[in-house]
Amino acid sequence: MTAPVTVYVPRDSAAVSVGADLVAAEIERAAAEAGRVVRVVRNGSHGMLWLEPLVEVVTERGRIGYGPVEPEAVADLVDAGLLDGADHELCQGVVAELPWLRDQTRLCFARVGVTDPLSPSDYLAHGGLAGLRRALEMSPAEVVAQVTESGLRGRGGAGFPAGIKWKTVLDTPGELKFVCCNADEGDSGTFADRMLMEGDPFTLIEGMTIAAHAVGATEGYLYIRSEYPDAVRTMGQAIGVAREQGWLGGDILGTGLRFDLHVRVGAGAYICGEETAMLESLEGKRGMVRAKPPIPAITGLFGRPTVVNNVLTLASVPTILADGAAAYQALGVERSRGTQVFQLAGNVARGGIFETAFGMTLGELIHSYGGGTRTGRPVRAVQVGGPLGAYLPATGLDLPMEYEAFASAGAMLGHGGIVVFDDSVDMAAMARFAMEFCAEESCGKCTPCRVGAVRGVEVIDRITAGQDPDGNLALLGDLCELMTEGSLCAMGGLTPMPVRSALLHFPDDFTAGGERSAGRYEEATPS
Amino acid sequence: MASPDPSVTDRVRALVAAHRGDRGALLPILHRIQAEFGYVDPDVVPVLASELNISRADVHGVVTFYTDFRAEPAGRTVLKLCRAEACQSVGAEQLVGYAERTLGVKIGQTTSDGSVTLEQVFCLGNCALGPAGQIDERVHGRLTPARLDALLTKAVQA
Repeated sequence: MTAPVTVYVPRDSAAVSVGADLVAAEIERAAAEAGRVVRVVRNGSHGMLWLEPLVEVVTERGRIGYGPVEPEAVADLVDAGLLDGADHELCQGVVAELPWLRDQTRLCFARVGVTDPLSPSDYLAHGGLAGLRRALEMSPAEVVAQVTESGLRGRGGAGFPAGIKWKTVLDTPGELKFVCCNADEGDSGTFADRMLMEGDPFTLIEGMTIAAHAVGATEGYLYIRSEYPDAVRTMGQAIGVAREQGWLGGDILGTGLRFDLHVRVGAGAYICGEETAMLESLEGKRGMVRAKPPIPAITGLFGRPTVVNNVLTLASVPTILADGAAAYQALGVERSRGTQVFQLAGNVARGGIFETAFGMTLGELIHSYGGGTRTGRPVRAVQVGGPLGAYLPATGLDLPMEYEAFASAGAMLGHGGIVVFDDSVDMAAMARFAMEFCAEESCGKCTPCRVGAVRGVEVIDRITAGQDPDGNLALLGDLCELMTEGSLCAMGGLTPMPVRSALLHFPDDFTAGGERSAGRYEEATPS
Repeated sequence: MASPDPSVTDRVRALVAAHRGDRGALLPILHRIQAEFGYVDPDVVPVLASELNISRADVHGVVTFYTDFRAEPAGRTVLKLCRAEACQSVGAEQLVGYAERTLGVKIGQTTSDGSVTLEQVFCLGNCALGPAGQIDERVHGRLTPARLDALLTKAVQA
């Protein structure tokens, strides 16, 4: 036995947060002790986060997975035959055949977890650059047409058609244009942008380069939040590799296309996920929201025509170009085409990434794939689309995962983040938190958001304290209406959504005088 | 206003010079100052303003807008606990309460011996493995009081 055994241990920061680095080191140590030669590859995470750290061993049968592997368990696992793919209670079988992965349609995440994120040869071997090569054979207008025909909508939350945005930038004359990627993924319950950047950074670079060709941009900025140091590091390294490979720079793939890319790091401001605040921040200013119009496509970064797209929007583009708009458009339902990378989070037994065509119901995702709550208690509420999304009751989970179905139910699909709560949750406290968060993170430019959020906290406190509940509920309704109609951006404009949905579906939590929270919330205390 | 140490001024000027060709370079410069000195001393504000040819008010406004930039040094270890919705659903508030009780400080404060600064954060992108926290540069998931104690003790001793 001289050929080295290849062992994959994820480098994804979620896997590392539960010990993957220690597991990787232990495997090297235990293998050496057993006289075995191993090659440890640090891949991205497959997104089955409840199994992390998930160790995979390459065998004749395929990649056999073991998880969750604690560092202390590695020595015994190696003794038990881990390096030969032997059976064990932690053995999950062939990873690619697990129902969770098999049932997905992975386009954005096709390579995440499979490859070494920084290996250009892995990237090419798994279909990388096919989209860019196709795009470079087309005129910019043809590329834009492909994106438009694919039906791709912005994955950052608003769902604006990407092709229309690109066409505006293409049609706006300008010697200097920018492509900006919004990787300020601040919404709780979302981590797909981070996992893509850490697990397959070249896909994002390829998507941004295609966008640059399509609109005539020469400079790109990738704005990553500072809470994601691993993503910042991985993207920086990937950009370096891409320059060496001629995938970025003055003569991309020998076609004469010129485009370079820079990483910029946020500094702890949620509002910079709003596109105009992000542009201000990129310009070196406070992250204050701009009034629209003018739209960034015409007057964007430093006043130049600018494409601003979310990570997953741009990461969807290589597939669309490689396989054609029709193939992408064939997936999904109604006006939600293609796939969405759903993220199961919070109090869920099996949390992680589930990329599938639009249209699956919320309940199927939570129960069939997520396995219900982690605590084993009944699901009581689910928040979809981040802190500004609605809370849905357990009886409302038959909603199909598509933009318009959510909008007509008074909710928001947003970025596809799903946060599950069990029956110990106090929904008045969650409504209060929505206002508190808005007060904390408001940029302060408009009054409905800056002042409204503070007043919102006060009014909810009065309601839960039993002070003139009817009068204060009416006041809260007025305040929510004012914030919705009068705020400059989605921060103030959508904060009423979680508040109103909590009031609508869980009115008793607001009138119990706080007894509910005092009695039941404590039960969720981590042991 | 006290004028900063000349060596600090020179170093800040050098950092600005390193970003001279970058567009809108104030944030990257501030990140580098904080990485090097541990905080952004209010005394460097006029230096930055003059080097970048913008007003002191502009620099001050940016420094104070972003929560990452500190006006004074933090404790030797910084513990950030996530208080966003996904972590709340698995007991983040109880964990914050536990940390406040055992450290004897509130969120935003530093222990009297200067060893630990306790802060809140809204989302570390580890929402399926909460409650999540960050100790210095490392993110940790599935935190329990016992696991937090062990990790913190290790970090403080290091």
